[in-house]
Amino acid sequence: MAKVFEKPASFYSEFERKSAGHKKTTHYCPGCGHGNVHKMIAEAIEDLGVAERSVFVSPVGCSVFGYYYFNSGNFQSAHGRAAAVATGIKRANPDSIVMSYQGDGDLAAIGTAETVHAANRGENISVFFINNAIYGMTGGQMAPTTMIGQRTTTTPRGRTEVDHGNPVRMCEILATLPAPTFITRVGLGNSKQIMQARKAIRKALQIQIEGKGYSFVEILAPCPTGWKMDPPEARDHLTKVMEEIFPLGVYKDVSDEAEAGHWNRISKPFDVEARHAYLQSMKTPLSLEPVPLAKDLACKFAGFGGQGVLTLGLFLAQVGMKAGHQVSWIPAYGPEMRGGTANCSVNICRGRIGAPTVDHPNVLVVMNQPSLDMFEDTVVDGGWIFVDSGICTGVPDRKRLRAIMLPATEIADKIGSPKVANVVMLGAICAATGIFGADYVKETLRIIIKRKELLDTNLLAFDAGWQAVVEQG
Amino acid sequence: MARQFMKGNDAIILGALAAGCRAYYGYPITPASEIAHAASLHFPALGGVFIQAESEVAAINMVYGTAGMGIRAMTASSSPGFSLKQEGLSYIAGAELPCVVVNIVRGGPGLGNIAPEQADYFQITKGGGHGNYRLIALAPNSAQEMCNLTMLAFDLADKYRNPACIMADGITGQMMEVVDIPEPKPIPFDHRSWAVHGDAQTRQNLISSIFLEPEELEKHNLKLDRKYREIMAHEVRHETYRTEDADLVVVAYGVTSRIVYSAIDQAREAGLKVGLLRPITIWPFPSQAVAEAAQKAKQILVVELSTGQMVEDVQLAVLGRCPVHFYGRCGGMVPSSNEILSECERILAGGKN
Repeated sequence: MAKVFEKPASFYSEFERKSAGHKKTTHYCPGCGHGNVHKMIAEAIEDLGVAERSVFVSPVGCSVFGYYYFNSGNFQSAHGRAAAVATGIKRANPDSIVMSYQGDGDLAAIGTAETVHAANRGENISVFFINNAIYGMTGGQMAPTTMIGQRTTTTPRGRTEVDHGNPVRMCEILATLPAPTFITRVGLGNSKQIMQARKAIRKALQIQIEGKGYSFVEILAPCPTGWKMDPPEARDHLTKVMEEIFPLGVYKDVSDEAEAGHWNRISKPFDVEARHAYLQSMKTPLSLEPVPLAKDLACKFAGFGGQGVLTLGLFLAQVGMKAGHQVSWIPAYGPEMRGGTANCSVNICRGRIGAPTVDHPNVLVVMNQPSLDMFEDTVVDGGWIFVDSGICTGVPDRKRLRAIMLPATEIADKIGSPKVANVVMLGAICAATGIFGADYVKETLRIIIKRKELLDTNLLAFDAGWQAVVEQG
Repeated sequence: MARQFMKGNDAIILGALAAGCRAYYGYPITPASEIAHAASLHFPALGGVFIQAESEVAAINMVYGTAGMGIRAMTASSSPGFSLKQEGLSYIAGAELPCVVVNIVRGGPGLGNIAPEQADYFQITKGGGHGNYRLIALAPNSAQEMCNLTMLAFDLADKYRNPACIMADGITGQMMEVVDIPEPKPIPFDHRSWAVHGDAQTRQNLISSIFLEPEELEKHNLKLDRKYREIMAHEVRHETYRTEDADLVVVAYGVTSRIVYSAIDQAREAGLKVGLLRPITIWPFPSQAVAEAAQKAKQILVVELSTGQMVEDVQLAVLGRCPVHFYGRCGGMVPSSNEILSECERILAGGKN
């Protein structure tokens, strides 16, 4: 029978992490509820045989020093963030048994979002919520659970509904969510309640051990110091006043129906071989077939959104990659995005690419009039300009630029889809500049066009664009 | 060599996977969202963890939980979201946990816009959160470096048990380039001397940043400070381009340095002796290299997408050895290479043009 009076092994017999001279006593005030709950949790860890994998998360509040007492893995966390920290622990190491131990300010004020969302994800953790309706550590300020009329150091005239809002009832809120498995409110007002609290704590841990999901145990606890009462008065206040606002009971319990293991997640250790294979599967299917480049290309492709100018850039860049060059592609940024033009910059270079953004292209494709207006003057002297003459009404300066006018969209329409006007332009670019041969580009398109039902139309479009340039001589 | 044509943001996840990162926690924000998209696709496929968190605050605290287990974890965001992570980063640095955090910087302050800026330099290199701590901060300027420097960031984070940050911008994140696919390597660090698993072997370890006694907290801060000095002594990385005979050295990092490469080539064609010094680590800052450049060059020009942040570190390194000029654009305006060239010409002509 002597064993009854021993501390459980999950509770340190001496508190080595406390400062000198205080290693045998807790830091809690006389009549405080934390000591009771700590002991019940430590006993449950021990009795359920999970001491070797228990991790205890203590956020800011009077229980910030949980690691003084629990002979388990210990994380101290930021104010309100225990549920997020517990999520990070549990998801990364699903074998661990993770408990967060949080006060009312922590869990129901600054950490409300973390609390609600960990519950909503059904994290397979056990949350112990000590509700004593006051901020203890910082000196007796109003908590989210402070009673209407209760005087605190920040409600010196008593909490009012209008000035401060009503006490927040977390069990009731969380019980509306589909994911949580077990939500209950217990008290420490008398020995019968303490027995119920002990059972609830064990049940919460058991549910986690079985992979049955999220448990939330709210424990109404006395704070004689914060309440300015002696311990018997505080217990009396707890059962007579607090319980009126925070009724004890089970708010949700689907632990019997819950399937064991349903809420277990997977986190596999780093496997170098598996990662190597996975990363290799991301590589381009294009094989390297070098094609010499006489001159670095700085291209800009511009038109309406939906004309495929960005895709045109992606196609040409990948041809450049296959040919063994440095390539870059970037969509328009900043002020260029205004004024009815969508555009992208593509560089194809023999050496390192400097600015990825092309300010002065030597190849410009314009597929609408605003693009012609905006970019014609930026082309370097003697540069190429390709104009969709069926859409643009203007004509570029043929003295300064090498201009190719072709009704790309009309040509594409005849082939069967206006959407391939961009590839008509690609054919025209290759034919006019001679950078890449027709077969070379079409072989590349066969590989990089993902929607195979559109492949033939695209290849016809390329040929049509090429042909249009040849006919123009 | 296996290659792929990909966005800088996707290359970050490629590097993270090769580095053995097992958990990604994030919240969507433009222009960093592709990182979360890629993580959500690839992490679960390899038995890793992906959570779209309820907030940036929650995401960085999930990182804290996983990192405390000695498992590689990361998060990524853009400026407003990165501001929200400062609390968690201070705790992670205080508890000496390794992790990688990415900031694809956008225009600020406040909601600003989604265009590229480099105005989070102070926040990243000088702290951001409360207390005496530093982030190891790397500034890639290509998709390949987004991958490679992410891998390096994980190793540096583990080596020094400190958060490491990748600072990039909307252009470097959105731009597609050819990336050599990296080879995963075993992680050469043993976490069991400090990580917490709950078992008897790691139970003496404690993940915490609280030191109630002033003597203890001072001791902890001094220990961190020694660590930071060691990082400053050993982990500075920078690159130079055509500086050997340069009269004017331009200091620029990230996307700005890419534009400066072009400006320098144009300047050299015009017969101007201009070179580039690019910090790859922005903390620790390559002060020594800048000081040496200032000995040889007649002038220094700092170009940033900000109203002048890194320029202060350059001035501290130069210590008046030569004039330090500044050229900045901000709000999402990006200078062209011609603009930078004009500025170089103006400075070399004695500032008269």
